Amino acid sequence: MERFVRHTGLVAPLDRPNVDTDQIIPKQYLKSIRRTGFGVNLFDGWRYLDPGGPDSDHARRRENPDFVLNQPRYRGATILLARENFGCGSSREHAPWALADYGFRALIAPSFADIFYNNCFNNGLLPVVLPAETVDRLFREVEAQEGYRLTVDLEEQVVITPSGERLPFHVEPALRRKLLEGLDDIGLTLERAGAIRAYEARRRREAPWLFQDLGEEA
Amino acid sequence: MAGRTLYQKLWDDHVVERREDGACLLYIDRQLLHEVTSPQAFEGLRLAGRRVWRPGAHLATADHNVPTTDRAQGIGDPVSRLQVETLARNCADFGIELYGMEDPRQGIVHVIGPELGFTQPGMTVVCGDSHTSTHGALAALAFGIGTSEVEHVLATQCLWQRPSRTMRVQVAGRLGPGVSAKDLALALIGRIGTAGGTGHAIEFAGEAVEALSMEGRMTLCNMAIEAGARCGLVAVDERTIEYLRGRPFAPRGALWEQAVQAWRGLRSDPDAAFDREVRLEAGQIAPQVTWGTSPEQVVPVDGAVPDPEREPDPVRREGMRRALAYMGLAPGTPIRDIRIDKVFIGSCTNARLEDLREAAQVVRGRRVAPNVRQALVVPGSGAVRRQAEAEGLHEVFLAAGFEWREPGCSMCLAMNADRLEPGERCASTSNRNFEGRQGAGGRTHLVSPAMAAAAAVAGRFVDVRELL
Ligand code: SF4
Repeated sequence: MERFVRHTGLVAPLDRPNVDTDQIIPKQYLKSIRRTGFGVNLFDGWRYLDPGGPDSDHARRRENPDFVLNQPRYRGATILLARENFGCGSSREHAPWALADYGFRALIAPSFADIFYNNCFNNGLLPVVLPAETVDRLFREVEAQEGYRLTVDLEEQVVITPSGERLPFHVEPALRRKLLEGLDDIGLTLERAGAIRAYEARRRREAPWLFQDLGEEA
Repeated sequence: MAGRTLYQKLWDDHVVERREDGACLLYIDRQLLHEVTSPQAFEGLRLAGRRVWRPGAHLATADHNVPTTDRAQGIGDPVSRLQVETLARNCADFGIELYGMEDPRQGIVHVIGPELGFTQPGMTVVCGDSHTSTHGALAALAFGIGTSEVEHVLATQCLWQRPSRTMRVQVAGRLGPGVSAKDLALALIGRIGTAGGTGHAIEFAGEAVEALSMEGRMTLCNMAIEAGARCGLVAVDERTIEYLRGRPFAPRGALWEQAVQAWRGLRSDPDAAFDREVRLEAGQIAPQVTWGTSPEQVVPVDGAVPDPEREPDPVRREGMRRALAYMGLAPGTPIRDIRIDKVFIGSCTNARLEDLREAAQVVRGRRVAPNVRQALVVPGSGAVRRQAEAEGLHEVFLAAGFEWREPGCSMCLAMNADRLEPGERCASTSNRNFEGRQGAGGRTHLVSPAMAAAAAVAGRFVDVRELL
């Protein structure tokens, strides 16, 4: 997994609350059995004027010029500024896959939905929670100033504005470490195989019905 | 020492290791798999040369993509077919039990898990699907996860997690006739908002919850995620135990006795403290109808579409305006004046036997209104479908002009052929009214099964209590 330590990039503002994962990546693209290539369908329903499907040639579709990511000043954005409860709804990891594949490295919002928030950390994408008033102010600054860039520093846990202001944020230590080091979670857990086996042995004695596995009792 | 909440008990029972940074390695007893969120997880295992830690702890089914008509034809859409075939190949390669499209036990993951007794009280249950919260109705710690975590559970039977805060929703009194668990869930979400439960595990308690059937509790816990909570819980009582007795994967004989004894302790201690408490009065809840594109945008059926201009918060006001534009509704429109084009009775929220019974009771002897182009009943599982047929419910629906379909997710998310056309308005028993959820441009109003049935026969929203 890609590490995240510090990133500076252009900010795009997505000014609506409760953006759900159905909007981030609509269901017709969930039929893919791959993990890549979702970026072109990020926010598909808002981004294009014509409907699309897995077989569409997306290069030929009509872009919605009003949608924020299509505006020239926000092309190449790598930081998404969003509103409350971003990523609510479906647990689809296709949502962070699409955001990362499009080029986003960090997201800033007053709050994120739980499952989405967790999923980001498994995909090198940093969700940053800032107070609603601060996010509000950032929205105003981004809109007022073309080429507005922020630095997101996970090591120091601060967002740095163009004027040098430092906005502190907090990430759970375990999640922070995971992104800073780009760790392979599964490999680390498998190092604990002994502890898992010991747990299983104890539980099997205490609560044997939990271990009636499929394919065994049939 | 202060008492523990049900959530804390379930958590403590599953901690394999606690790390200094606060994360816990949590043991997972059961994982449900479906075709949409699992292919990349299996691919990850393959690429790393890893095996499945405990294949018998997983159960897979195909539900999201499957057609609900004429299964003998197979899946027409090649992309969907590949996904379903991929699931079959992955299950065969890794030794996982699969109830495929042709299997009589097939159905929506969250319907078949409890129905088969595969998910049980005291278990940790995960699935790459946010509505895994459903299984909390059985006092299981059940939550949705992403595909990377699906892979992690396949490989290790564990997950790294941090404990949630706890919230208790106490519902006093009894729900009135014609008012269901769905209305209770929607009323709660209307009250606390779709982010109200974020970071929390919600335990539902109080007289109204105790009075709910197991299926009603599943509906309630199913919608916990729409309140922002990753999991919902209801304590074990006699109803829970009776529900599980004799289910295919429920323990038997001496093991059953031992399990029941343990299950009886799965309730919050009387002196347990919750981080947050919410109280609702069941008697004050009327049938609910959503008017917007978020489940929190909901009013009682005798209400009207609200006016964004009266909303003081600018972000919410803009959200309301956008929702009304998408929904094609004007502020002040009485809910009862909203005419509908389609009706969908289905989904993991409301496609169990009781849901179909409640809908059929309203439909019996009536006809679907002429302005309703399509009214679908999609049972949640093969078992639900067979039992409903044994009771003659399908005949009630068919006689009224409903279509009687094969089990699956269907128009809940419209990944198969069942969908709304742009601009079509639907009374739906599903759980999400997001833009485009039931088809691009489609307009969804979330309601209970009885309210959907009433809307079907009236052609617009009506208070089902007047039809009972
Ligand atoms: S019925 Fe709907 S909400 Fe439930 S699992 Fe299927 S798609 Fe998800």
